[in-house]
Amino acid sequence: MNRSATRNSSTRAGSFLRAVGAIAWKDLAAELRSRELLSAMLVFALLVILIFNFALELDVKTRATITAGVLWVTFAFAGTLGLNRSMAVEKDRGCLDGLLLAPVDRTAIYFGKVISNLAFMLIVEAIVLPVYSILYNTNLLSLGLIGVILLGSIGYVAVGTLLSSMAVQTRTRDVMLPILLFPVIVPVLVAAVKASSGVLQGLPMDEILPWLNLLVVYDVIFIAIAFMVFDYVVEE
Amino acid sequence: MIEVRKLFKRFGLKTILRGLDFHVAQGEFVVLLGPNGAGKTTFLRILASLSRPSMGQVVIAGHTLPAQAAEVRRTLGVVSHLPLLYGDLTAEENLQFYGRMYDLQNLEARLTEVLHLIGLESRRRDLVRTFSRGMQQRLAIGRAVLHDPEVMLFDEPYTGLDQDASAMLDDVLRNVAARGRTVVMTSHDLARAEELGSRFDVLSRGVIAASCSQQELGSSNLLTFYKQALTA
Amino acid sequence: MTPTPRALRVLEIVSFLLLCAAVWMVFFYAPLEAVMGAVQKVFYFHVANAWVGMLGFIAAGVSGIIYLRTHDMKWDIVEVAAVEISLVFFFIAIVTGSIWAYPAWNTWWTWDPRLTTAAILELIYIAYMLLRQGIEDPERRARFGAVYALIGGLSVPLTFMSIRLFRTIHPVVVGGANAAAQGGFDMAPKMLHSMFFALAVFTVIFITLFWHRIRIGILAQTVEQLKLKLTQ
Repeated sequence: MNRSATRNSSTRAGSFLRAVGAIAWKDLAAELRSRELLSAMLVFALLVILIFNFALELDVKTRATITAGVLWVTFAFAGTLGLNRSMAVEKDRGCLDGLLLAPVDRTAIYFGKVISNLAFMLIVEAIVLPVYSILYNTNLLSLGLIGVILLGSIGYVAVGTLLSSMAVQTRTRDVMLPILLFPVIVPVLVAAVKASSGVLQGLPMDEILPWLNLLVVYDVIFIAIAFMVFDYVVEE
Repeated sequence: MIEVRKLFKRFGLKTILRGLDFHVAQGEFVVLLGPNGAGKTTFLRILASLSRPSMGQVVIAGHTLPAQAAEVRRTLGVVSHLPLLYGDLTAEENLQFYGRMYDLQNLEARLTEVLHLIGLESRRRDLVRTFSRGMQQRLAIGRAVLHDPEVMLFDEPYTGLDQDASAMLDDVLRNVAARGRTVVMTSHDLARAEELGSRFDVLSRGVIAASCSQQELGSSNLLTFYKQALTA
Repeated sequence: MTPTPRALRVLEIVSFLLLCAAVWMVFFYAPLEAVMGAVQKVFYFHVANAWVGMLGFIAAGVSGIIYLRTHDMKWDIVEVAAVEISLVFFFIAIVTGSIWAYPAWNTWWTWDPRLTTAAILELIYIAYMLLRQGIEDPERRARFGAVYALIGGLSVPLTFMSIRLFRTIHPVVVGGANAAAQGGFDMAPKMLHSMFFALAVFTVIFITLFWHRIRIGILAQTVEQLKLKLTQ
């Protein structure tokens, strides 16, 4: 009997966290090497911003009110690319089975994926913000805005990861995700756009607070739901 | 080691497995034969805890499925015809990942041991997507034996392998069998199966239609036995 | 397959009679509205259909949860029935709303909370049906349907709240004292009677159709079973 292969006698929570960390690390390491997902998301995001330039009159006056909306539409669409790709990797080479074979809670897979998806989204957002600032001569680098983007992205990725796990198992695959995701993600978009707009326009905190509350409520509710329901989505 | 009683598996209204009974003692090497679509992969997936039985009892190493699935998974090593590997990671990183998922101690040492066993030591820092099918399958086996499971399930492992890779797989399987592990393997390669297996079961029409051990087979041909079982 | 049960037949007749009664009430009992005239009468059917459309949503969510816990296919049939017919009722509500809106607000559509949420709700229904169409395996279809019904169901109140934080021009029908200020309008008692009656009538119609749709679902399942028996 090969003693060196025996398990660590760690607690359940410990092995849960270890699995989450391993999955997140795996996604990030793989992506850092190929950079396929990130470059696709990034190029797409920049193209969307470019298209907006022609589609909407982004002159100085209207820019202030529209910037938040443009940013979030960009993030929402680029986000679906990332979510789709991230799950497709698992599905294509049967790796999802590999994850399911491990003696860990299914929800560890969910949280691992959420963390890596969130990381990808934040990386793209971190690049888009300065680029937008330069292209349209506005300063988007404020702490408040970053906070709103973080809260909104969490909600988006929490629901998106769950729904992409389902979408990837259907016939229509990639196309299915936006159809499933966008109607359900409206509260996040509305609240994020209003809050971002508020921050950019320097509105008082008590006007922005209800939107932040809504974001937090949404994030909490849907992470909890995903936690309870993820098993049903991956188990047969 | 493996006890299956009255296993039923339905997909919608289609019943694939109909009251299947299956018993494997520790150390046995069972080769599961059967025509395509008979339900071999379905059965193996249920044993691997990837699929839930519609009805019936499955007990592996004393743990019941699906209630004690996590414990069962610890004792299982699975190799399917899909590699279950991440192309953008190196061989080493793939094993590291699975090692962490299985919560292994002395991971580095174990990694090197396994890489040596499957003959991929020299390629440990290479990306898996540069590997040939044979090498990927070897690494997949490495992944499966990493946590030293007591029970191993192989689903058509020889699919798409060239001579060298097949020979390597033979070695690994003999090694595994020699160390007293319990193995269930599905295969279409009767010649190899005859050589490796200690017992042969035929899955047909949702149940085990026939079973015979290596001794019982004796001088007779596995192909004959198989054909007989299907027509019975 | 049992023939249409007596209760359902009775319900059909009752629904029809009630609908006639509701139409009579709307056209002869309720007074003609001062500002809008006859067009306003569409409002009674609009509210009734919207209410019933929401009912279906709740029914779907609840069936979904029950299915996930019991894995009984019956609840999946109930869930699909609820979504399918609510999709239609709600669509009627949206269209009748537009018919009312044009003379009232001089626009077919506006992006206030209720309408926007209605549009989103309808899109969730449609997304649900598309999701189901893209899945072959009935068991997976049922599982995913239930999960999406749950997620969709939970998101809608949040959606409504989020858009409500915007100002609304949609009439705040019940409890609008200062009608002009809130964009609402006063309702004569006879109008209230008609509205609530219409609501009740459409609830009965909903139950009738719901029941029928469930029976169709069960019939479809029976047909599948028979088809399979024939091919085996």
